[in-house]
Amino acid sequence: MTTIADIPIKAEALHSSNVPAIAVENVYKSFGSQRVLNGVSLTVGRGETLAVLGSSGSGKSVLLRLIIGLQSPDSGSVRIQGNDIAGLSLDQLGVYREKMGFLFQHAALYDSLTLEQNVAFPLLHHSRNMSASDLSDRVLQLLKEVGMEGHLDKMPADISGGMKKRVGLARALALDPEILLLDEPTAGLDPISSSEIDDLVLKLQAEHHMASIVVTHDLHSAKTIADRLILLHGGKVAVEGTFQDLQNSHDDFAREFLKHS
Amino acid sequence: MSDNPSLALDGQAPAPPGPLPMHNESGSKWMIIVFLEWFGDLGIFSWRVLRAAFTPPFEFGELYRQLDEIGSKSLPLVALAGAAIGAVLAMESMESMTRFGARSLLPSALVYSVVHEIGPIITALVVSGRVGAGIGAELASMKVTEQIDAIEASAVNPYRLLAATRILACIVMLPLLTLASDLCGLVMGWVALALAEPLSFHQFITSGFRGSDFSDLLPPTFKTAIFGLIIGTVSCFQGMRTRGGAAGVGRAATSSVVLSSLFVILADVVLVKLIIIFFP
Repeated sequence: MTTIADIPIKAEALHSSNVPAIAVENVYKSFGSQRVLNGVSLTVGRGETLAVLGSSGSGKSVLLRLIIGLQSPDSGSVRIQGNDIAGLSLDQLGVYREKMGFLFQHAALYDSLTLEQNVAFPLLHHSRNMSASDLSDRVLQLLKEVGMEGHLDKMPADISGGMKKRVGLARALALDPEILLLDEPTAGLDPISSSEIDDLVLKLQAEHHMASIVVTHDLHSAKTIADRLILLHGGKVAVEGTFQDLQNSHDDFAREFLKHS
Repeated sequence: MSDNPSLALDGQAPAPPGPLPMHNESGSKWMIIVFLEWFGDLGIFSWRVLRAAFTPPFEFGELYRQLDEIGSKSLPLVALAGAAIGAVLAMESMESMTRFGARSLLPSALVYSVVHEIGPIITALVVSGRVGAGIGAELASMKVTEQIDAIEASAVNPYRLLAATRILACIVMLPLLTLASDLCGLVMGWVALALAEPLSFHQFITSGFRGSDFSDLLPPTFKTAIFGLIIGTVSCFQGMRTRGGAAGVGRAATSSVVLSSLFVILADVVLVKLIIIFFP
């Protein structure tokens, strides 16, 4: 098994609080002839939440996939806790991924497993010495955190979209991540469920103090849960700053975005 | 070709070529490029699976589940197919061999046909249909619903968890299923012969295996491990490189069966020749 000692890593970077948890530097990414990201840079510090806003197809989700290593940039670098993840093998990337939780846009729950088994999945693979009762307790605790403790034996097909997001969030938190990546956590949900998810994310942020990136096109959600935001347009960062900065921006797309949100 | 170690083997690949160009020369070039690209991707996929299969942590739980899924659950179908082929072969051979005055050779001919060729190839094709389609559709469905990405995001190597376990289970179970198929084929072949004229099972077996020994059984039986490797690898590859939603899942299931059956038949030609050379 690959351990942290097996990969080229700056040991001081892992523990230094000055190093940003996530640093994306001048990243370019194209699919065929379509350029999706055109020199995007961002940093997220420990305990900070960054919202990535933008219209559909602006590369928000691609940015998250680059950060967790599901895709690699054409050029530029993605640094996790100061270490460039480019060129690492799957097992080497696993060392960083254990520190990250990822909530997929459609939750991506394993449809052949119960909700309990879904949340237990990362624990079973990374905490192999954990006893069955400890595992069960931990899964229950995680599902309680997201308000799903009464649905252990249900299958993903039997629950609503909002509930799937909650279970996906519980699974993302299973390994106590230092970084949380949320891809459209409120997309497709009714306003009440969206608000509940926002409150849940805020609560988890306060409890776990993770560095987070929330990809969303929901301005209200971004305003509620993020410390800072960036607005992507044409593969570039059109606006970066606080919500106030976005409101005061003279960028044409930012104004248009605000007008229709 | 993707530079990514992740499963975006195809997710990041250049957009597929457009419709087949009408011009013959361009069409041929296009076909060659697609052909070479497919084999190139298969090579990369196989290398990743091989590397994952021999490095810990080993996924014994999933391997056990796949041995059951691929082996135990294929057994009834394989046994039935073997039995039917054995009976048909006996009935078809009876008349022609009698006509040539070689009726006494019937048990030997039946044993030779079933054990050397019919049993292994029928087993492989039945498993290719049942298991190949199952693996292709399951992995393709996981791919298009981002479940494989979720496995990867959980810091679990999907080549190890999903592909290596299924391929290994196919390699282990194919020879065992072949033995079961051979047995059922021989028993039903004997039944078909015994219905025509009195013949004890002992007489049938003694006469059938006259001139051959146990070592003759091994090469044709164990060549099916290669068939298992082909079925597992092609099906996992087709499943994990799927794109395009429900239609993509359907295409993956179909192509898994078609390609694995085709490669099994082609491999059989080579393996039979090798067996003749090395185990005369």
